[in-house]
Amino acid sequence: MSKEWPLWEVFIRSKTGLDHKHVGSLHAADAQMAIENARDVYTRRMEGVSIWVVESRYIHASNPDDAEALYDPANDKAYRHPTFYNLPDELKYM
Amino acid sequence: MKQHLLHYVLQLADNALILGHRISEWCGHGPVLEQDIAITNAALDHIGQARNFYQYAAEIYNQLPGPERQHLFVAPLFAAKKNVTEDDLAYLRDAWDFKNVLLVEQQNTDWAFTVARSFLYDSFAVVQYEHMQSCKDETIAAIAQKALKEATYHRKWSSEWVIRLGDGTEESKEKIQYALDNLWPYTAELFIPSPADEVMQTEGIGVDLTAVRKEWLAYVSAVLEEATLLMPETGWAQQGGKTGTHSEHLGYILAELQFMQRAYPGMEW
Repeated sequence: MSKEWPLWEVFIRSKTGLDHKHVGSLHAADAQMAIENARDVYTRRMEGVSIWVVESRYIHASNPDDAEALYDPANDKAYRHPTFYNLPDELKYM
Repeated sequence: MKQHLLHYVLQLADNALILGHRISEWCGHGPVLEQDIAITNAALDHIGQARNFYQYAAEIYNQLPGPERQHLFVAPLFAAKKNVTEDDLAYLRDAWDFKNVLLVEQQNTDWAFTVARSFLYDSFAVVQYEHMQSCKDETIAAIAQKALKEATYHRKWSSEWVIRLGDGTEESKEKIQYALDNLWPYTAELFIPSPADEVMQTEGIGVDLTAVRKEWLAYVSAVLEEATLLMPETGWAQQGGKTGTHSEHLGYILAELQFMQRAYPGMEW
C-alpha cells in the first residue's frame, strides 16, 4: 500500500469566469486539506474564487488512440449545427 | 496615555512580526511542497499585519513631544531621529524593547510544535481581532478587520492539523500531545494584562482579556476533544514578554532578522 497521500486534480473558477478550469494537481490527505492546499497553491495571486477538487483516480479520460473513431465522424455532418437550416421568416422567435 | 497606546500597538506588531519570522524559517524545509507553500503564505500574512501596526506605531511615536520620546527605547537613534519609520521599529530595536509574548518566540522544533504554537496563538488572534472590531481607535479597528480574515484561515489550518495529528497514528498523537504540553505554560501570558493593556481597556481601545480567554478556552477545548487529546495541566505561567523580559530565543531571532539593516544601514532592495 502506498504511503503517499492521494493525488487530487484542482479546478478553479476565476472572479469573472463561469466555469471551473483545470489548473493543476496536488497531494493531500483528505478533501479538506486538498481544498486548503489548492487555496494556498493556486489562488495566491487572486486567480480564483471557487475551488473544486477531485481525487485523480475518479477522473476517467478518453484514450487518444481512439481519437479517430470518436471524433472524426462528427467533422462532416454539417446538418447537426443549428445554422445549417434556413428558417422561414414566419418563425420569428426560434 | 499616548505612550500606553504606543506600547499596546507594539505588542500587536511584535507578536505578528516574531511569529511571522518564526514561521518563515520553514521556507524550503516544509514536510511536503503544499504545506511549505501554506506555511510561508501564513508567514506573509503575519508580516503584513506587522507592517500595518508598525506604520501606526511610528506615527504615534513621531507625534510624541521630544522629552517623552527620550527613554522609550534604549537605542539613542530613536530619540534623535525626526521621523521614525516602520523599518526602524522592526530592525533597530533590541530585544528588551520588544513587547511580544514569549509564545511566539519559541522554537519551531518540529511540525507538531509548529502547528501547536500556531493553533494556540491563532485561536487567540481570532477572538482578539473579533473583539477589536468595536475598538474606539479607528486605525486599530480597521487593521483588525483585515487581519481577522487572515487569522480565521490560519486558525482553520492549524486546528485541522492538531486534529489530524491527534486523531492520527500513535506516533503523531504522542508528538502533538508533547508539543501542546510544553507550549501550554506560554499561553497564560496572552491573557495577563500588561500596564498598557489595562490602560487601553479603560479607554475602550483594548479588549477584555478575561472575556477573550473564556472564548479561547472554549474553542481550544472543543478542538482538543475532537483531536482525542488531553487538555494540558495549567501550572507555572511563563511571562514577561509584554514588558521586555524575553526568553533566550529572541536574541537569536533578532540577530538573523536585523543583521542586514545593522550591517548595511539604510539598504534597500
